[in-house]
Amino acid sequence: MSATIFAPHDLTKADVAIAPDLPDVLPPRRKRGRIGMFAYRHPTIFAGGVLLALFVAMAIFAPWLFTRDPTAIAPARRTRAPNAEFWFGSDMLGRDIYSRVIYGSRVSLIVGFSVAIAASAVGMAIGLLSGFIRVLDSVVMRVMDGLMSIPPILLAIALMALTRASVSNVVVAISIAEVPRVSRLVRGVVLSLREQPYVEAAVASGTPMLKIIWKHILPNTLAPIIVQATFILASAMLTEAILSFIGAGTPPTIPSWGNIMAEGRALWQVKPYIVFFPAAFLSLSVLAVNLLGDGLRDALDPRLAKRI
Amino acid sequence: MFAYAIRRVVSTIPVMAVVALFVFSLLYIAPGDPAAIIAGDQATPADIERIRESLGLDRPFLVRFGEWVWHVLHGDLGVSIFTNLPVTHMIAQRIEPTVSLMSITLVLSLVVAIPMGVVAAWKNGTWIDRTLMVIAVLLFSVPVFVVGYVLAYAFALQLDWVPVQGYTPIASGLWPWFQNLILPSLALGGVYIALIARITRATMLEVLGQDYVRTAKAKGVDQRAILFVHALKNAAVPIVTIVGIGFASLIGGAVVTESVFAIPGLGRLVVDAILRRDYPVIQGVVLMFSFVYVLVNLLVDLLYTLFDPRIRY
Repeated sequence: MSATIFAPHDLTKADVAIAPDLPDVLPPRRKRGRIGMFAYRHPTIFAGGVLLALFVAMAIFAPWLFTRDPTAIAPARRTRAPNAEFWFGSDMLGRDIYSRVIYGSRVSLIVGFSVAIAASAVGMAIGLLSGFIRVLDSVVMRVMDGLMSIPPILLAIALMALTRASVSNVVVAISIAEVPRVSRLVRGVVLSLREQPYVEAAVASGTPMLKIIWKHILPNTLAPIIVQATFILASAMLTEAILSFIGAGTPPTIPSWGNIMAEGRALWQVKPYIVFFPAAFLSLSVLAVNLLGDGLRDALDPRLAKRI
Repeated sequence: MFAYAIRRVVSTIPVMAVVALFVFSLLYIAPGDPAAIIAGDQATPADIERIRESLGLDRPFLVRFGEWVWHVLHGDLGVSIFTNLPVTHMIAQRIEPTVSLMSITLVLSLVVAIPMGVVAAWKNGTWIDRTLMVIAVLLFSVPVFVVGYVLAYAFALQLDWVPVQGYTPIASGLWPWFQNLILPSLALGGVYIALIARITRATMLEVLGQDYVRTAKAKGVDQRAILFVHALKNAAVPIVTIVGIGFASLIGGAVVTESVFAIPGLGRLVVDAILRRDYPVIQGVVLMFSFVYVLVNLLVDLLYTLFDPRIRY
């Protein structure tokens, strides 16, 4: 054995034993289940996700949550304060506000999710194409700049003024207002990706453009899009409520949070509970989605987290 | 700089053109017959025909668009279907309350949001930072009319500090004018404050990690001077940018806030126009607000050089 070269395998058990055992200064690690671990590492995703799941469950199981027909009127028992029969009170037609609020979550969530999916899909398609095809880019982006210059709520109002009130028209109106932001985002990602050596290599080796988009570009745009879609979900739910509130949204025959508040508007100084309950549910569900979005952004896209 | 300003001003022309084209063609791309929808369910065929004619839907698209743009360029936004008054006239009548509301909200939001963001960045990671950011997320999530009702219920109905609703023109005194607008401004400012505070915090965090901040600290510069002079000035560009972009939320929120607080402004005009399906009015107000939004962001772009002399065009 040479004296200058240290070879670990030459150490005998006795040599190692010279080092004393480490004392147990570190407390034993708390054991967490997989769910517990997730909640610990991503508290906002967990809190927002659970809350949102509860709202979705509430919308799906509305008929079994001790509700009655949300449109059944009872003029003799109108504008009752919350009591044992009407948990959240009754409105000026004697309809049960509790049932209306529970059923109202359906409209909010359907509009929210539909807009999030539609706007992301269309925005992604536009962003991918204009990021990849130079000729399209300048034209499409000028159009998007123009659309983005119209405040989203006003754009939706203008669209709703020209169509008949219906849930699907609300979805289309809000989606049109949201598309430009998604396509700008996707285009930005595409422009930076196409400078990447692996994309240049794919272009140089003659890979068809559609295959490059599908295989190399698309997967990299997914994370920012998921984050963006979550924020669109939140803003679409808010916009739907605002549109219904000012009378340009969901038809008044369908109970939605915005509609309940619009109906309670005239009476809010004397019967504040009519406005209060839908307002609280709306705020809470939007908060849940925003928490989820913030968490997802921090987890999926650290670059974006730094910017906002 | 001057050449850049000219170029930047010219570059808003295509944007405005797209806005105008889009707002105009909505009448044509909307599904169904807009004349019938505007006329309502009880309309006779003659009514529908009258509206079709007044909207110019009976003539070719390009001819109508050319005429319309020509009129808009001459300050003519058409005539209201409901009142038969010129739209520009109706806008002029309603503009003061909205401008008042937005100016107070803008000042209020900046005064609240920037210190909020700076303090959150300074106390990064502590409970102060977390509390402030939770407040910001809450402000993001609670709709503007909910904040409005809560404020009106607490401070006007219960405490009776300010009038519940309505508007007093600035000509009848500064204090009554301000009293009427304080709650609406607070409600309207919520989202804006959250937006600006979060950007301020994020940018300040970045700036506070720079070498010159450490140098300033090392030579004993006062903490407040570091934060509000050295750092904030260098964080100004992203903050000013978000102030411009977020202006859209102010415009959208004003429509709702004016309904809640019964303020006879442009937002109220739009809401009334929706109920009467008075499309020329909606069109005019949307066009005007979009124009204001483009101008605000033009101004923001031109302000960059003021805050950061390194930016040269």
